[in-house]
Amino acid sequence: MVQTERAMNATGGVERSGVVQVEHATKYYKTNTGSVHALEDITLDIRKGEFIAIVGPSGCGKSTLLWAMSGLHDLTSGKVVIDGSTVTGPRPEIGMIFQEANLLPWRNLQKNIEFPFEIKKIDSKPYQPRIQDLLAEVGLTGFETKFPRELSGGMQQRASIVRCLAFDPDIILMDEPFGALDAFTRDEMNLLIQKLWMETGKTIVFVTHNVSEAILLADRVVVLTPRPGRVAHIFDIDLPRPRTIEETYSPPFIEKIFEIKDTIIQGSYRPEHVAEVTRKVAGVSARKAGE
Amino acid sequence: MSDVLGDNIPTFDSSGAENQEVGLSNMSALADTGFASNWKEALILILVACGVIGGLEIIVRVFDVPAYTFPAPSEIGESLWRNFRPLYWPHLLVTLKVLFLGYFIGASLGILLAAVITQFPFAEKIVTPYILLLVTTPMIALVPLLVQKLGFGIQPRVIAVALASGPMVMINAATGFRRTDLAKLALARSYGASTFQIFTKVRFPLALPMIIVGLMVGAIFGLLTAVGAEIVGSGEGLGNRLMYYSSRIQMANFWSIIVILAVLGILIYVIFYWIGKRWASWQA
Repeated sequence: MVQTERAMNATGGVERSGVVQVEHATKYYKTNTGSVHALEDITLDIRKGEFIAIVGPSGCGKSTLLWAMSGLHDLTSGKVVIDGSTVTGPRPEIGMIFQEANLLPWRNLQKNIEFPFEIKKIDSKPYQPRIQDLLAEVGLTGFETKFPRELSGGMQQRASIVRCLAFDPDIILMDEPFGALDAFTRDEMNLLIQKLWMETGKTIVFVTHNVSEAILLADRVVVLTPRPGRVAHIFDIDLPRPRTIEETYSPPFIEKIFEIKDTIIQGSYRPEHVAEVTRKVAGVSARKAGE
Repeated sequence: MSDVLGDNIPTFDSSGAENQEVGLSNMSALADTGFASNWKEALILILVACGVIGGLEIIVRVFDVPAYTFPAPSEIGESLWRNFRPLYWPHLLVTLKVLFLGYFIGASLGILLAAVITQFPFAEKIVTPYILLLVTTPMIALVPLLVQKLGFGIQPRVIAVALASGPMVMINAATGFRRTDLAKLALARSYGASTFQIFTKVRFPLALPMIIVGLMVGAIFGLLTAVGAEIVGSGEGLGNRLMYYSSRIQMANFWSIIVILAVLGILIYVIFYWIGKRWASWQA
């Protein structure tokens, strides 16, 4: 359904991009109790159309990094470069999806989706068919006049995805978008995001503390160390797509979970340690099976 | 439709809506009490009202309560019917004029000041004690002084009403404007919103329920002050009539004025109840 977008891009004739480069990003926060060192020398190249997940222990600065990419927060040193130009503030080619849906409660669903157009002072009329397609895609057709409080958490988050995609950003930054949802709704949302990503080819940066979610979605999973956040390791996830929830229980998937969780706990990727832990757990399972 | 992605949402049909629409649930003392939700309830409400008024009538007649203690409801009704146009109406207009003028000045300054002051936390710190002083001091107390300076015209009363309602509106509006949802500000900013857009599209709508509460409380305080000021220092208006009729022991007339004032108060509540329902019902 979102094929309309490809058509739009094709007719627009403008080659759009979505390359994000983080160069030596370092960030100190000032708080009442002193300075907090949030990020230390992070360098990251994100290709056009790539799905990147950033995981790490809580407080490791993964959201800080995302907000720096969005231009909402600045860096103490280093820079973020998008499509060749350094980020100094919010950019029109970026769409953000926040923790919880962050809909405006005094606007109905349609008005919420049109909110970015109002802010950007763009006539939303030409985008209406696209909005309708997106609403159908996420299963919200017929809910246009409902207010956020009348929608479930999952529906609200789906509405916020439509709000983000409606104005066709090249890059989508997602800050623990499904953290507040229950496990089943989260699975459902993950599959939806994967589908939308496969159809649209957007560059997505997805911050999460859920390792399984990261592996399910991402081309590459970036693991950050505890504060100050550094890149501990970047894992390539070369599982075939579309990935399904069932596959999250498959051996290659579990292996990845082991590797990433171990890296988060150890603060660096140590294959021999992963192998040792794997052997131990396998031994336990074998004994259990033998009993 | 609702099960497209396995979501079940509660139904919000019209029969359930009556309980859902809380409107301004935080109207402190004036808790939300909607009118009857169907004709049966309406009938009972009307019957009870008739019973209360009829009961009063019977008690007054049976115990032969003298009119200077409490006139029978029928006498009050008759007085209202007979005297409303010639005697009460001109004074009602005077009170309304004072109320509207003072309230308009006070409320608009209150909202404006709240919007500006909440943008500058330090300025807010400086101003807040004085606003609190204005809120807690009964402004009627100033009327003798104002009358001494400005005479018996409507100015002293208008000023008193403005001083009574303005700070009340301001303090509530400021609470509303201070209620900034950082995630929503970030959302607007991520689309490149200007400070003005953030104010009109996020901060103001977010503050609106509290502003409406402030406007209502301010209006009621304004009415109190208008009537009080007329009692203290005026030759006209409903407050003055209260003094006039009680000094002449015309209790049916006196109580007619009380009824008019009660209706005014209820009208203020009802108006703001509907405004709240229309503009702030998103806040359940």
